[in-house]
Order: sequence, then structure tokens, then C-alpha cells
Amino acid sequence: MIEIDIQKSFKNKNEQINFHFKTTIENNSINAIFGQSGSGKTTFLRLLSGLETPDIGYIKVNDKIWFDSKKKINLVPQKRDVGFVFQDYALFPNMSVIKNLRFAQQEKNENFLQELLEIVDLKELQNKFPNALSGGEKQRVALIRAVARRPKLFLLDEAFSALDYSMRQQLQDSIDKIHKSFKMTTLFISHDISEVYRLSSHIKIVKNGKIVKEGTPDILFDNSKISGKFKFSAKILKIKKADIVYIITLLIGNNLTKVVATKEEVNKLNTGDTILVATKAFNPIIII
Amino acid sequence: MFLETMLLTFKVALHTTCILFIIGIPIAFWLSTTKSKFKPIFETIISMPLVLPPSVIGFYLLIFLGPSSFTGSFFEDWFDMRLVFSYEGIIIGSTIFSFPFMVHPIQSGLQSLPKSLTEASYTLGKSKLQTLFYIQLPNIRASLLVGVVLTFAHTVGEFGVVLMIGGNIPGVTRLASIAIYDEVEALNYDLANQYALTLFVICFIILLVVYMMNRKFSGVLK
Repeated sequence: MIEIDIQKSFKNKNEQINFHFKTTIENNSINAIFGQSGSGKTTFLRLLSGLETPDIGYIKVNDKIWFDSKKKINLVPQKRDVGFVFQDYALFPNMSVIKNLRFAQQEKNENFLQELLEIVDLKELQNKFPNALSGGEKQRVALIRAVARRPKLFLLDEAFSALDYSMRQQLQDSIDKIHKSFKMTTLFISHDISEVYRLSSHIKIVKNGKIVKEGTPDILFDNSKISGKFKFSAKILKIKKADIVYIITLLIGNNLTKVVATKEEVNKLNTGDTILVATKAFNPIIII
Repeated sequence: MFLETMLLTFKVALHTTCILFIIGIPIAFWLSTTKSKFKPIFETIISMPLVLPPSVIGFYLLIFLGPSSFTGSFFEDWFDMRLVFSYEGIIIGSTIFSFPFMVHPIQSGLQSLPKSLTEASYTLGKSKLQTLFYIQLPNIRASLLVGVVLTFAHTVGEFGVVLMIGGNIPGVTRLASIAIYDEVEALNYDLANQYALTLFVICFIILLVVYMMNRKFSGVLK
């Protein structure tokens, strides 16, 4: 178990920003950090990895202290045993894919590297240099490079944001496979509800530098009454009046769909909102 | 005589470049990472040779390294080494004078590398030294090359500092740029032209090679 209680304040122009993260993370769990940009998600991961230092507090990982301001303990990133996937991939341009991976290993284990390349389907590209890879390929290399030294804690900083839909799916598959194979405690930042649902067992919602809510991904919608069998997160693209009801056009995954809503319901909604659509699955039509 | 002077000129440039390459990298690394409030002072000191007249530097070096100064007499008593009007003297002078030409390109190269590269290396368990040698320096090859070549070319073209601290002793401190001045004074225009043209051609070739290699490097690292 990882216990965290850390504080850090920044001065951003004239604004004083205070971050206070207090939470616990279960071993081998996969956690989503969810929140708007600027809420402090990246800072949280950087503080955990040691790339930034909290002002006060402690980080305890299975009774090993990584940081404690009272005891004046602060392990450098090198000693923290984390795997960090950066938003801009951060692959070393002077090394081929396989050399990037070898550089990451402490003890040489070529079989393990080949196994990783297999998982993310990059075996053929191992002698290519990063500048010859596509965005999705780079991201997958970054992913397995961070895994190559078998870290205790696996941190992904918005690993998905620069990728298109099918690449995201592929990367999510990779993360899922990696987690199933190696069971590392994983924290990933995401803006995307479907991603959070698909990958994570726990979610932490960050707002203004604090973790305001945590639990299973269902807490995103704070609606325990729903018992529907089909649940989808959807983005509202259009709200249109049709006679006495309203037609809402929704984007679910990459599919468009339309649902009806009453005036009272529509009053609470705006285009661009993310909502949960649920239906009881009494008689679905299944087309194969 | 001509050949001796040219060889000496390039020997001085080579030695100066090697010395600066070795001491320039740690200083550039320190400047690119430090958060010290004294950083502007160090940066100013390193940049001073860019704006100061060479004769000013030469003059103070002459005062501080001369046989009657503390440093000068110390080296003479203990190492039997004279620091002015000698080969060692012009090496010291050119090293100080060419300092910014080595440090600036390396420093800006290090600063322009994405921070995530070094951070990624640190989170992969690599020390600062390992990161410098395996990640940072190989990825700023273009800047290293610029530093080396500018230092070399600048030392070849040095005049004021060398004249002040080295004088004009044939075969010891008489460099090509001084020889040109000397021959013009003596109205030997042909010989002056020989020196001048040789310097011109060599400097042109060096810079041409650099720009061609630079294009190759930046293509690889894009």
C-alpha cells in the first residue's frame, strides 16, 4: 500500500496555488487520475516520482519511506523505482528502439525485452530510431521502456492525449495487457471517461490541487440509483427541440446516437457536457 | 619560417580547443542546471571576452602573470615556467579569451533539450553523470561541434591578447595573425598575403565542413 499526504505551493504570476494530496493506493491496483487541466494531476505524479519535491508531508510505499519532510528523507527519482511515461514520449533520439529499452534495464534480460516488444506489437520496429516512428508507436515504446526495469509504481502522464481514437484503443489494450502480465501498481491521468471505465479499478478525482473524491469509476456519476445493464458515457453534440420533446445527439465512443429528453432534463444540459446514458436491457436487438 | 608560424598557430588553436572542451562541458552543464542567484555573475564573467577589447585582457594577464606578480613568480620558482612571452602564456591567454565560444553553444544546446529527456533518464535510475554522457551530450552533437569549431577558428584569428602576453617571438609566440601585421609593417606584402590567404582558405573550409555536418546531425535528431 502507498500512503500519501503531501503539500506543495507554487506562485503562478500573482496567484498562490496550494496542492494538498492525501490518499492511499492499493498494491497492484490500476488507478485513474481524473480532472480538468490545471487541476494538479501532472504535479501529483511528478511529486510521487521525485521529479518535484513537496514542501511538507510524507510518501510511504509498503513501509519504505520515499519522502518525509519531518525526518528529512527525500529519495531521488533514481532510487524510487518508478516507471514514468511522459506526455511527449521522451524517447532518446540517439538510440534505436531496442537501445532505448536496454538503457532502461538495470540487469540485462533480452528475453524480457523481446516479450515486451511482442506485447505492444513492435518487434519489427526494434532497430528503428524514434524519429522514424509514428506517434502511437513512440507512445508504445515509451510505455514498455518504463516497464523494462520492472518498477513498483507505474505512472502515466496523459499518455493518450495526443493520439487519435484507434491509437488510443491500441494503447489501452497495451496498458491492459501489461497490467495483467506484471501487476504493477499503476496510476494514469485521463480526461476520457470511457478510458477510465475500461482500464481502472479505482479513480481519484482531482480538483484545484486536491483529491476531492475517490472510489470505483462509478462515482464519476454520483448516481447509485442507476441499475441499468447498458451504461455508456456520452458527449452531448446537439440539443434540438422537436414538438414537445427534445432530441439530443450523443457521441458514444466514435458512434453517433440520438435520445429523447424532456424539457426539465434538457434544462440541466449543455452541448459539450459529458453524461451517462443508461438503459435497461430487456429486449436488445443483437445483430451479428 | 612561414610553415613554422602556421604550424604554431594551429598547435595553439588545437591545445586551446582541447583544454576548453574539457573544462567547458562541466561549466556549461552547471550553468544550464543551476538555480544559484550568482548565475548572472558567472555568466557575465564568461561573456566578458566577447565585449572587452583583447588588449584589456592581455594587459591584465600581463600584470597578473608577469614575473614580478605573485602568480608569475610562483610558477617561475616552483615549476621553472614563465607565463608571459612564452607558449604557456599564449595558451592561458587564448583559453580565457575563447571561453564564451565554447561554453555558450554547449550551454544553449543543453538548455534546448527537452527537460523530459533528462527526467526520463533519472526515473530510469541513471545518475546525472550517466545521463550527461549517454543522453545529453550525444543529443547536442551539433552544439558541441559548433563550440569546438568556433573556439578553434577564434583562436586562429586571435591577435590582441596574444600580442600583449606573448609578444612576437618567432617560433615561440609568433602566430599567423601577428605575422601578417609584422610583414605589412615591413612592407612585405607578398608574404603578408601568403599568410592571409592561407588563413582565409583554411577558415572557410573548416566552417563549410561544420555547416555540412550540422545539416546531417539535425536531420538525424529531428
